[in-house]
This record gives sequence, C-alpha cells and structure tokens, in this order.
Amino acid sequence: MTNTWQDIKNANVVLVMGGNAAEAHPCGFKWVIEAKIENGAKLVVVDPRFTRTASVADYYAPIRPGTDIAFLSGVIRYLLEKDAIQHEYVRAYTNAGLIVKDGFTFQEGLFSGYNEETHSYDRSSWDYELDKDGFAKSDDTWQDPRCVINLLKQHVSRYTPEMVSRICGTPQDKFLHICDLFASTAAPDKALTSLFALGWTQHSVGAQNIRTMAMIQLLLGNIGVAGGGMNALRGHSNIQGLTDIGLLSNQMPGYLNLPTDKETSFDEYMKTKLFKPLRQGQTSYWQNYRKFVVSLQKALYGDAATQDNNWAYDWLPKLDVPLYDIIKAFEMMNNGQMNGYICQGFNPQQAFPDRGKIRRGLSKLKFLVTMDPLDTETSRFWQNFGPQNPADSAQIQTEVFQLPTTCFAEENGSLVNSARWLQWHWKAADAPGDAMSDIWIMSGIFHRLREMYRKEGGAFPDPILNVTWKYTDPISPDPEELAKEMNGRALADLTDATTGAVATKAGTLLDGFAQLRDDGTTASGCWIFSGSFTEKGNQMARRDATDPREQGIAPNWAWAWPANRRILYNRASADPDGKPWNPAKPIISWNGSRWVGIDVPDYGPTVKPSDGVGPFIMNAEGMGRLFARDLMVDGPFPEHYEPLESPVENVLHPKVRSNPAARVFADDRAAFGSPKDFPYVATTYRLTEHFHYWTKHALINAILQPEEFVEIGEVLAKEKGIDQGGWVKVSSKRGVVVCKAYVTKRIKPLTVDGKATHVIGVPLHWGFTGQARKGYGANTLTPSVGDANTQTPEFKAFLVNVEKTSAPTT
Amino acid sequence: MSDLQSQDYVRRSASTMTPPSARSHEDQVAKLIDVSRCIGCKACQSACMEWNNLRPEIGHFEGSYENPADLGPSVWTLMKFAEYENEQGNLEWLIRKDGCMHCEDPGCLKACPAPGAIVQYANGIVDFISDKCIGCGYCVKGCPFDIPRINKKDHKSYKCTLCSDRVSVGLEPACVKACPTGAIMFGSKTDMKDWAGERIEDLKSRGFDKAGLYDPQEVGGTHVMYVLHHADKPSLYSGLPDKPQISPVVMAWKGVIKPLALIGIALAALSGFFHWVTAGPNEVTDEDEAQGERVLREAESEKSS
Amino acid sequence: MPMTRREFIKFTGLGLAASSLGVLGFGASGVAQAAAVRPFKLTRATETRNTCTYCSVACGILIYSMGDRAKNARSNIIHIEGDPDHPVNRGTLCPKGSALLDIVHAPTRLRTPRYRQPGGTEFKDVSWDFALDRIARLMKEDRDQHFMTKNTAGTTVNRWTSTGMLAASAASSETAYLTWKVVRSLGMVVFDNQARV
Repeated sequence: MTNTWQDIKNANVVLVMGGNAAEAHPCGFKWVIEAKIENGAKLVVVDPRFTRTASVADYYAPIRPGTDIAFLSGVIRYLLEKDAIQHEYVRAYTNAGLIVKDGFTFQEGLFSGYNEETHSYDRSSWDYELDKDGFAKSDDTWQDPRCVINLLKQHVSRYTPEMVSRICGTPQDKFLHICDLFASTAAPDKALTSLFALGWTQHSVGAQNIRTMAMIQLLLGNIGVAGGGMNALRGHSNIQGLTDIGLLSNQMPGYLNLPTDKETSFDEYMKTKLFKPLRQGQTSYWQNYRKFVVSLQKALYGDAATQDNNWAYDWLPKLDVPLYDIIKAFEMMNNGQMNGYICQGFNPQQAFPDRGKIRRGLSKLKFLVTMDPLDTETSRFWQNFGPQNPADSAQIQTEVFQLPTTCFAEENGSLVNSARWLQWHWKAADAPGDAMSDIWIMSGIFHRLREMYRKEGGAFPDPILNVTWKYTDPISPDPEELAKEMNGRALADLTDATTGAVATKAGTLLDGFAQLRDDGTTASGCWIFSGSFTEKGNQMARRDATDPREQGIAPNWAWAWPANRRILYNRASADPDGKPWNPAKPIISWNGSRWVGIDVPDYGPTVKPSDGVGPFIMNAEGMGRLFARDLMVDGPFPEHYEPLESPVENVLHPKVRSNPAARVFADDRAAFGSPKDFPYVATTYRLTEHFHYWTKHALINAILQPEEFVEIGEVLAKEKGIDQGGWVKVSSKRGVVVCKAYVTKRIKPLTVDGKATHVIGVPLHWGFTGQARKGYGANTLTPSVGDANTQTPEFKAFLVNVEKTSAPTT
Repeated sequence: MSDLQSQDYVRRSASTMTPPSARSHEDQVAKLIDVSRCIGCKACQSACMEWNNLRPEIGHFEGSYENPADLGPSVWTLMKFAEYENEQGNLEWLIRKDGCMHCEDPGCLKACPAPGAIVQYANGIVDFISDKCIGCGYCVKGCPFDIPRINKKDHKSYKCTLCSDRVSVGLEPACVKACPTGAIMFGSKTDMKDWAGERIEDLKSRGFDKAGLYDPQEVGGTHVMYVLHHADKPSLYSGLPDKPQISPVVMAWKGVIKPLALIGIALAALSGFFHWVTAGPNEVTDEDEAQGERVLREAESEKSS
Repeated sequence: MPMTRREFIKFTGLGLAASSLGVLGFGASGVAQAAAVRPFKLTRATETRNTCTYCSVACGILIYSMGDRAKNARSNIIHIEGDPDHPVNRGTLCPKGSALLDIVHAPTRLRTPRYRQPGGTEFKDVSWDFALDRIARLMKEDRDQHFMTKNTAGTTVNRWTSTGMLAASAASSETAYLTWKVVRSLGMVVFDNQARV
C-alpha cells in the first residue's frame, strides 16, 4: 500500500477491482464504509462475481476474468479523450512529456525486440531519447509525436467502449458510468483509491494489470495524496515483511537484488545499480545502493567482510536464471533436479497450481521438512486420503520430517502490515507439547551444519563458517537482538562530514539509513528497517494512536518503513510550488524553508520547490512512469493478452493471443485445455470465513463454512440440470473436483465477442486435514503458468467443464 | 442474591406479582444493525460463539452461505442471505444478522410458564435464567421472530443474552465489538434511533427511498433494531416479519389460563428435575427424550384445558 | 465546545462503536448483575497485546490467559478479542480473527516432531535431536554433492539449487531475517514465500 488503511476514508471514489476487500480484509474495509459515511464516497466494484464487497457497493459491474487490462486501457482512452486528467500533475510529475526512442514500436500485439525462440524481448529500444549529457529529452508542450503521452494515446486508441465490452463482457453503459466516476477524481482536490489484491496479481499479465491502474492514478493525480494511491491489500500477516527482507529467490533484504552470474565482481554488480539521474538536478535515491549492500554484508559477515574481499561478494550465491520461483521449483522436482525441500509455515500441496504435479514433485524428493503449528496436507502428501489425495505410500521414497512450531500467541516479534507498519507483539503462553519456535529450529539446523562443516569440511564452507552469530543465546536468539541487527549499528565512530566531530559512537544503534556508509563502518541487516530499533528503544512497540486532524496517519503508532513515512510519494500531494492540491487534507507543504506536515516528507526535507526535483525520488527521472522503459519484461505499455487458457481468440491481434513473454514449461503447456473440452471460465478465490488452508483447523471457522463448493450461475445450472446444493463434477485438463454447487444469481453469463460466456467460482479453502469436511482444494484444477514478470500463478482465469453428478459413496 | 437481582427486573415470567424494578430509571439499551453496511462476514457469529463458548456441530454446505443451517441452542445469531433482484433488474444481496430482538413486549416471556425463567431487565434486555427453565418450549411458540431453541440434551431453552455478562461490566456485546464495518452498534435506545436517522438520510441520498428503521411497535418496539434499505418490505430480508405478532393463543394463555396451568407444569418440572439429579445431565437417553416430550405434552394439555 | 449527539457518537467511537456504555442498563447494580447474569469471565485474566496472525491488515488483539505468569503456573489462553486502541481495527475483528482461540487450541496443532521413513504408511514420533541431526546430515550430503562453485564459463557462482526452501509469511520479521541468513549462507537460491500465492 502506498497509503494507510485509515487513509482510505479520505477517498471520494473507492475502486475495488482485482480484489474482494470486504471478504478478504473486513477490518481494513471498515475504512471504505467510513469513506462512504463520512466523506460521501462512492464505492465501485468490478468483479466477475457479485461479491460481499459488491453487496455494499454504490455501483457494480461484471467483468470476464483475465480482461482487466482491456477494461482499464478503455478507461485511459476515455480519460484522454475527454481530457479528464489532472494536467498540472501529469505535466510536472509524470514522464508524459519525455521522448521515446525511435526504435520503439508496437505492431500486431508485439513490442519491438521480440524473439520468437526465447519468448522474450530485447528491451533496448524501450527507453527515452537522451541528450548529450545523458538526460532524457522532453517536450513539455506535448507536441512531439514521440513523447510518452502521445504514444500512450495511440496505444490505447483501440480500446473503445465497444471493444472493451466485446472483450470483457461488461455492458457498455456500466463501463461508461464507471469511467465517469473515475473522471470525477481528476479534480486536484478529489481522490480515488484503488484497492486490489490477488485478483490482479494472479494472472499471466498480473504485474501489467497493476501498472495499468497505476497509470490511471497518475493521470488523475491520485498518487501521493490523501485518499488516493495504489493499495495492494496483502495476504499473510507478514507477507510484506518477508518481501521487505527478501525471502525470495532473487532478493536480498531491502529490495537489493541478489547478484546474477553475469555480475562477476562487486564492481560489475554495482554498475547496473548506479541509477544515474535522467533529468538535471534530480535526486535518485538508489545512488546510495552501495552503502546498503556493504552495510548488509557487514551485518551478515562482520569482520570477515572487508574492502579486500569486496565485502565478501563471492559468498553470495549468483543466479543463472531470473527466478527460481515456485513453478520452476516444482518443474525441477518433477525433472529429478531437486532432492530436498523445506516448507516453513507453507502448504504447497494445497497452495500451488496443479496439485497433481505438486504431489508428483514432492514424491521425487529425497527429503521433505515441514515446520508448522498445524498438520498440513503437504506434510502428509504421501498418505492415501482417497480421491482427495490418491497417494501410493509404498512407492514414495521421500523421508518426511513434520516439525511442530509455535504460533503467533507464543512468541515475541514484529510483523509488517500492508501499510508497511512494523508492529511488535508479545508472547501470551507457551506452545503445546514440544513445539518450538522457527528461530530455534532454524538455529538448530544451522548449528549442526556448521559443526559438520567445521569438523568434516565440505563444499565451500566459508560463508557458513563466517556468518555472524553473536547472539546472547546462540541456540535461540532473542528476537530483539535480531531486530537490532536489522536496524543496524555503527561499527566505528562516525564523524560528521562537515565538522569532523563524532556524530555516532561505535556500537550505537543507528537512527536511520541516512547514516549508512559504504566503507564498512556501519552494519545494517535490512536498510529500510533502519530506525525501527534505535537507542531510544523499540520503535515498533510504540502505542501512541494520536492522529493529527484525524487524517489517518497516526505517526507515533508502531513504526513504518521507510523512515517512519506513512504515505509514499507524499511530495506529490502538493503542487510544484509546494501548496497542497487538496487544502482540506494536506500531507506536507513547503513553508518557505522546509517541508512540514503530518507525515515524514518523501523528499529532501529542505529541497526547494524551485529546484524542480521530481517527487518520485526512487526513479532515475524522478517522475511517475506512464511508459515503463525496460523495467517490465512484457512491454513498456500494458496490452490485453488472453489468459493462457481462454474461451476466445484475442480480438485485438489473433496471432498473439496470450502474453508472448510468459514462461511456459513444455509439460505445463501440454496440460492446458481447450474451450472445446472445457468451455467455462473458472476463477479461484477466498471466502471471508476462512484463511487459506489454516482455518479449516479452527472449529468455529469450520462451522461457518464447513464444506467444499463451487458457485454456478442460475442460467448455466439450468442448462446443465444442476440443483441448488446438488453434487457436481468440475474438471480441468489437470484434475477433477467433486463437490456441491451453489446455484446463484450473483454470477451471470457475460456476452463476450457475441457469445455467452459462463464463469464458475471456485473457493479454495478445502483439503484433507483439519476439522472442516474433507475436500480436494481448488488447485486440483489450476494451470501451472505464471505472470511473465513475477511468476505469480494464473489462478484467476482458466478453463473447466462442469457436470451434474451424484453424491460420492464414501 | 435473588433479592438484589430482582431490583433490575421489570418483568418476570409466570409471576403474578409485578417485580419491584427499583432500578427502572436505568437507560434502555439497544443494538442497532445497519444492514446497509453489513458485509455478511459472520464476525458476529464467530465472536458470539467464541465469547459464549458455543460450538454447534459442523454442518454441510446447503446451497447458501448460511451456516449453520438454522439458529440453535448453540447458535444464538445467524447471518441470513437473500439474493434479490430489484425493480430495475439489479441484484441486491440482502444480508441480515438474525437473533433475539429483545422485544419491549416479549412474547417468550409472556408464554413462559416457569416462574422467573425469563426476565426482562430495566435496560430492556430479555434474558433466559436457565436453572429455572423447564424446557417446555412455550417461549419458542410465543416468539414472533422464531428465535429460541430447546437444547435436546438438557431440555433448556437458549437464545442471545445480548451479552448481559459483558454489558454488566460496561462492555458492548461480543458481536458489536467484533463487527468490522460498524454495522452493529450498541448504546442507549435514543442514541441508536438518532444514529439510525442519519443513516436513513444517507441511504435516501443514495437512491433508497424506502430506507427506514425497523423497531416494530406490534411488540412495543425492540431492543435490537435494523436499518433497512427497504423498510417497506422487511420480509425481503430472509423473512423478517412485516408485522410481528405474538400468537393470540399466547395472549390468551397469559391473560386467563396461565395461573391455573401453573400447578401442573410445576409438578412436571419437578419430576424432570429429580430425573436430572439421578441420571445426570450429560447423556441424552431415550428416557430423557421421553421425559422431555412428556413435560411438553403435559404443558400442552394443561394449556388446552 | 457544544456537541451534537451525532458528534458525540463519532467522537467516542469514530463512528464505529457507540455511545457511553457506563450509563447503560446495569449502572450501579454491578454486584447484583454479577449474580443474575453469567459471571464475567475475564475478571482475573492476564491481558497480552499481540497482532492477528492472518491477513495483512494486522489487527491489534488482546489475548486473555488464565494464570498470572507465576513461576509455577502455566498460562492457558481462554479468549482473544480486538484491541480497541489499535488505529486500524479499533477493537473489531473479522470472523477469522474472532475465532483465533480455536486455531491456538486446534486439535490438529502439532505437539511433537514426527518422521516418516521412505515407503512408510505412517508417522512416528521422534526426538528433536533425531530430527535435526538427520535433516542437517541430509542437507549436507546434498549440498556437498550438488553445490556449484563455478559455472561452465568459469565464473564463481557459489549456488545450491538441489535443495530449496519456502519461508513462512506469517513468521515474524526476526524469524525471517534469521532464516534468510541461514539459507543464503548455504548458497540456496530455490527460495520463495507466499508473496505469489
């Protein structure tokens, strides 16, 4: 989230599309209701199903799963055609006027640089024309046909209301009504907030779904302002924290990239991270990258990371592919390329696409370790549970360790919420039986390995022997010590650059990342968390809920990264002269000598408005990007591509039907079904009564939603003779689910390219352990293909068939 | 103990004497359920089960999000879902939290033959005092909203207490506290009516011309009220009675017959009690069932005599 | 400053909770009420502040446990409800958060390490030492056999791809950081969390 949960109440229009906030985030959704009641806001819901969010919406429109880019590109076309954009904002704060290289083209569904064989783009033409000083050329009058806004206009010109309706199945009048509501927030003092989640990410075009909306928000001047922003409503309680700390294949803490094997030395690595400003005088904050990496290496390897060994650069693993993501991991397992897998609080047997492939993959492992408070399906993948898990135990040679862990109520520590708040929590009781904390277990495994490497030697033991472990209790490090290590310390006396006086004594906890150095005199395990645990104490434990002007900032409650900033890009909440666009809800403003307000400025605190530094200081051009340059693998502008499994052709460019940059493994492609056999569009989702595959273990939640079902519209049910609450067989090319049917008015057939298209809703929470009734789980049906940029699986749009069946005998 | 608590009663079942209600100056409370901000998340159901230590059996999917399938001795509140297509052809999903309405003129209390088994406090809460309940089921028949349910194991009647245990220490009921969107509010009845007025205004401004408050005067008003978008048609909301009525049979029973019937029922209750003492409460045997049936039957025959 | 009733409601509960409960109903009759209604079950419970373990709204919660944390007492969690001080949830909880008690005490909570041998049809209970010794040994064997120090081009790559890990997105940041250190010091790159699913 760029903004806070409470800030939603400042919105004039709330768009819930690509998510189902009322069901997935009820307590955050209260701020939408607050916006409606206290701010007269209109709630707009665009969703294939009439959800519980839609039940309190002012306006609802249906959409075919997997067509959001077409819908939103149609909105962009409408806004540009009606000139319903916030001109001054777009001109000053976006790259609308920057000029794009001549070589960049878009034809027949493909951007310039496509390689048919590798299914990837050479992205070198996707950039600005540079002048002799290396700055991007621009035309502030927007006359040049090659400036971004004109290329964008041309790109979206195909997305007429007729075309949107033809692709999405959304009636034109409903689409236009929503365009009008969007347009109403182009006024400088009006804001629209976008609340989205997996409904946008879980597509082969997931990242581009979100980009399209972000572009709309830039055109409307809604980024950085109160009641605006792009608000990804994240899933797990610390999914934000795990992303922040880089527990991903290609990441290091604080969004630093893990090196690739092309970056053969630390200097080579740093070359691609310089982020030289693309406009004169621009602040490009990533220029401090080296300080963050060196301080991380000092935290990891202490005295063993030195200038001489390039801060132990070689001890970091180097990637040969962009990602070893989950889809690739299970492909490797199935190909016999993996032997061991550790699942810490994770249940891939239910959570990953194509459950059959997951089970086959796990069956080929030599060993599987699960660490979980609960008895997960993954830990029992080898056991025969009938049709829901038809495993042949005797044939499965995997050694399985099921390790019991503590849960939230039994440990201290911090979690990062969707709004980037780091909140500390306290232990209330001991864990049951012999369950132990993840910290204790990971430490236990690590100490045993380190002892073995110390005694026996083995493959490249250096990083294992040298990683820092200076905890009071090395067997079970105290979370506070780990938090301090992430915050960072001075390793030597730090002197003030101008006066030469000692500003920070050696050993002191740092106040923030501005103090980090690239000479090895500072250590910080996660630079963006620097400031969370200082000499003043644990900032994450703060409990002062005071909220100036009740504007939804609460600056002294816990601590937010970066630098306790609550609203990202808040410099853009004020006009180029530093006056708030919305005087009723200012965030920061220029008082003649510095930026002041209710939030920490996302900007140099004393940088004058007249200096013309762009507000998006993490971008080299300082501007919001309507043209993404080469930062997305599948195009600098979003384009509608059909899901990998789709009932229709791509009417925009039949030759390029689905995302041309999607990575699809051959066996997965062979497991895609055709509309002839699987005529209905399926989409998976969560119900408000359950959390993933956990709460089927909690009795109350099992009572509230006891049994697996699918949602089917009345028209299709009638056609197929399916009764309310009757049994159905839902099948995809990959598997079969037998469950009950919820025949509902809330899903209506959509007219797509002239044909009636039916959508089947598949809630995902069931499995074969826990207290709810035994079920298959939605991922029995889903395809194994991910978003081209992030490899997030395409759970939201695929093909199935559905038939009436009789009750299972067991 | 009972002397003190009776100071808070304004009504007491099967009693000819008017309770002293020494504290009748107390403010009346009300729970206001604003269905227009309800998202049907069932947090209220969850919180109710958790706080009151209730866990009904795990049921089945029955063609709707309604679970459990019905109110029960362990299900004191239940979200009801109705898919409604309005005159414009647009879908509305009308979701209503069902449960005891805490009537000002409670049909259950009037029907109850067991002295003191149902009481109404000065603040308006209607509460079942289980140890005085004889499980006759008259409250079920007397309720115009079909709320109380008899537990077949202990032959007692159960329903929402409005979390009288929480309210007594100055806390809101568990469902009110949990409700994520503030669709359930709790306070003095006057405050709640004022607040409802504002909500109705907002709804009217959003095109719901018939928005209004549900506080049916047929039962003297209720201490659980609804803000409805379609106050002209309460029955759209999964059969909320348009005009709730206490059954005329109960009215007659209350007015004339009850004192006569009391003696018979008291005897039946007493025999039931001795059975409970000797056989224990935990297992339901056929004999228990038969005993329960007998109590009911005897009550019925007393009533019709 | 004069206040309308509506402003008063708003002020006391930000429009979400209601008016003053102190004057409602049972007023001065606390003792009497304690006798008439079910006893209030939290009177002597210990209150601990925590965060809901489910979604990323991160609602503040109050965990109530029996036992005062005396040396010889073992705390038992008896109730969990929303923290009214929390600026986001303001005391509210969703149907999952309201039922946290049932996940803490789920009958399927694991209590002891268990091991399933190749081809086995059931788990057996094992000691922590057995489990961790064996896991470390299996990891070392695999790492020593498949660790890649240089690629075919001769570049130092120091990666291990034949064993992977999924990290827990409901674990604390401190757990996450320690996990990161262990995983990367081993050179592991098949590494992911719930961010994608």
